[in-house]
Amino acid sequence: MYEQFKARAEGVGAEVHRFKDKEAALGFILPFLHKEGVADIHGSCAVWADCPFLKGIDPQRLADMAGLRFEVNRDAAAGSRIGITQAEWALADTGTLVQDQTAVEQRLASSLTDIHIALVPTSGILPDKVALLSRINPGISRYIAFITGPSRTADIERVLTIGVHGPERLVIVFVDEMGGEAR
Amino acid sequence: MKKEFRESIDRAVGNSILTGALGKFSEAYRVNRAKAYEGIDFEGLRSVIAERKALAASNLELFADTFARNAEALGARVFRTNDPEKVKEYILKIAQDNNVKNVVKSKSMATEEIHLNAFLEKAGISVGETDLGEWIIQLAGQRPSHMVMPAIHMTKEEVAELFSKEVDERLENDIPQLVKVARHELRSKFLKADMGISGANIAVAETGSIVLVTNEGNARLVTTLPRIHVALVGMEKLVEKFDDIVPILTALPRSATAQLLTSYVSIISGPTPGTDGLPKELHIILMDNRRSEMSKDPKFKQALQCIRCGSCLNVCPIFRLVGGHVFGSTYTGGIGTILTAWFEELQNSEDIQGLCIQCGNCKEVCPGKLDIPEMIMEIRRRLVVEKGQPLAQKAIFGIVNNRKLFHGMLRAAFVAGTPFRSGGFLRHLPLFLSDLTDGRSLPAIAEEPFRDRFRRLQQPKCTKKAAFFAGCLIDFAYPEMGEALVRILNKAGIQVIFPQDQTCCGAPARNSGAYEVAAKNAEDNIQALLREEVDYVVSACPTCTVALAHEMCDTLESLGRNEWLPQAKKLAEKTVDFSSLVKGLVDSGRLTLKEGESLGAITYHDSCHLKRTLRATGQPRELLHKAGFEMKEMFECDTCCGMGGSYSLKLPQISMPILRRKLQNIKDTGAPIVAMDCPGCVMQIRGGFDQDGADVAVKHTVELLVERVEKGR
Repeated sequence: MYEQFKARAEGVGAEVHRFKDKEAALGFILPFLHKEGVADIHGSCAVWADCPFLKGIDPQRLADMAGLRFEVNRDAAAGSRIGITQAEWALADTGTLVQDQTAVEQRLASSLTDIHIALVPTSGILPDKVALLSRINPGISRYIAFITGPSRTADIERVLTIGVHGPERLVIVFVDEMGGEAR
Repeated sequence: MKKEFRESIDRAVGNSILTGALGKFSEAYRVNRAKAYEGIDFEGLRSVIAERKALAASNLELFADTFARNAEALGARVFRTNDPEKVKEYILKIAQDNNVKNVVKSKSMATEEIHLNAFLEKAGISVGETDLGEWIIQLAGQRPSHMVMPAIHMTKEEVAELFSKEVDERLENDIPQLVKVARHELRSKFLKADMGISGANIAVAETGSIVLVTNEGNARLVTTLPRIHVALVGMEKLVEKFDDIVPILTALPRSATAQLLTSYVSIISGPTPGTDGLPKELHIILMDNRRSEMSKDPKFKQALQCIRCGSCLNVCPIFRLVGGHVFGSTYTGGIGTILTAWFEELQNSEDIQGLCIQCGNCKEVCPGKLDIPEMIMEIRRRLVVEKGQPLAQKAIFGIVNNRKLFHGMLRAAFVAGTPFRSGGFLRHLPLFLSDLTDGRSLPAIAEEPFRDRFRRLQQPKCTKKAAFFAGCLIDFAYPEMGEALVRILNKAGIQVIFPQDQTCCGAPARNSGAYEVAAKNAEDNIQALLREEVDYVVSACPTCTVALAHEMCDTLESLGRNEWLPQAKKLAEKTVDFSSLVKGLVDSGRLTLKEGESLGAITYHDSCHLKRTLRATGQPRELLHKAGFEMKEMFECDTCCGMGGSYSLKLPQISMPILRRKLQNIKDTGAPIVAMDCPGCVMQIRGGFDQDGADVAVKHTVELLVERVEKGR
């Protein structure tokens, strides 16, 4: 299913990576932030919304990264180039991520930024929407977000253009051993 | 037809940017849609959607109650009304109570239906559309031309011009750059707004959830950043169960834009925390605006099964020529005609309903299983009931209703047409009739109609009997097609009789909403064709076949003439189209096709009624293949040729560009012959090639088979 997901997601312009554990994922994410010029300047920051991935990570490891913030609010997100959130599920048939974004921080980090990095436990890959529906409860998850590739439009002359109101890049990072409880 | 309407059509057809963009899109859409549905059982999927949505349409009140109860239990405020004015007042009151100055909107057809923007702006509230296409339209002060792609009629140059004015800076005509400008400009509007207004694609009764589907991500910002969210939801968006969103989300993006899924889908259930940490205010307005009334109308209830994908526009041969603006209302295309008749008033659909050529393309792709052509016919019928027929039309059908007079006039037309006739065609007609021969020659009326020629035909002794229904075109323009049919059936041991009292099949009258006339035609034909006991009633015109086999019963029933129904049903059961009958005769060994000869390449044009009502696509192709032709399929082989009965006479400015496209697709195959099963299509396409000059023979299948069949062994 991972291969199917990857093919579908890349087909709509997402970037897909897979790592064995959180350590390896961090080994990708931190250099990525560097490379994208994350710095403590308005417009160049990064926000990382609270998520299970962060549990058990030594805060010191992330403290050196200038411009990376864990306090996500309107201003911080609007001033950030990169936003990091964790999605619970990935749907293989359409290359879609599904995340409970009831907490507003999750939405701000994934919608106001230019690049959205989505962490996903590899065990969260499901075949399709039917498999998903029995696992989500709208009574609890008040804002369920499906994300399939970056923001796009074809409103001018039917030319596909990436990055209108949402992120222009969607970087998906699968982690095989996320630890903790996958829902 | 109003003069302004006719002029708006001329403007649209003459706008090469519009027709170019729509034409290219519709061609790509056909291919991409098919790709998006690969591996999906579309018929199964749309049956589920139709069934779930029909259930909701039957239970609008109940599901609205359930929705309201569940959404309110989660903390949303739900307001229900039938009246668009009350919707506007309600939203204004929320805005005023909360001192709202700036509103951002994500795309919502329901808000456009009630002209909300103008209302709020009049009250001093700034309203910003945030969907890129909608924003362009708002800046241009126009109306959307397409439900899903509102600005498809505009060029990047026009957009650059608009944006340059807005940001007061000269911008390049570079699309990615223009999109960046929009992102930047609208971002500040988002952050400043105190109210977000959205629509909803689905409203789930059992959970009180609304579902929003977008690509740009604007709905996520509209529903997240401002402290108040108002969702205006048409009642037809209700479904019963949470699971019902699966089939709709499977079909909607595939049908709308040929995507497997849009970039974003948001399922919102009750208010969520706002960016200030406090719970947001969420208002959901369930708007009726005659939807309940629609659900109680047996003919129009199915319209509530629409999921607003716009695929009926994307496959419409008319829409891709004229675009949305000629419709003059919020909703455009086939479905738009129906919604305008209801949400505004029946009268407002009087002109636009005439745009439908009844080709049935939209019916094939509709994920909600709406029969849009049928509903448009019903609008036509009701308009005639309400207003009576237009005078000229009434005069014509007065004649059609009197067979002897009608046939007498067709004979007289031979004499009248003499000065304009050359080589079997009328190439130039004088005065106001000149439009009719602009781009297409008309067939000259035959010197001796089939009904006279038939009397001289010698037929062998046969064991079976068929009544031939010629239809006006074969009878008076193409009698040789009728003769070929008789010879073929004779070889299968079938004697052909020609009841002289048969008259017009009734399709032209019914198509114009004149059901009384069509019913009189039906009664005359029932009497004529059932007088003698026969095994088959055969026609070589799909429109006539459909009239006898499908429409006649409905026409009589809708007028309450139930005493005719048993006879009508008997006639319908016996009626069969030429190719289906002959294919059956070949399959059962009563006819064979001469083998061993290679007759070269041929291409085949599927006539609308034959393909989409009679479902006969394989039969003529297999017969022609067996006869020795090599089939070379053309692009859009089943797209209408633009004839549409009297359509080509009423709206030649639309009919002709459709014909030109068809001629090009035929020529592109390189085949020297194009076959088809409809004398109407022959008239249109043969007449087109006569003026085009290309050396392509246009033949009815019956003409191609007559020399190739022999008695079964």
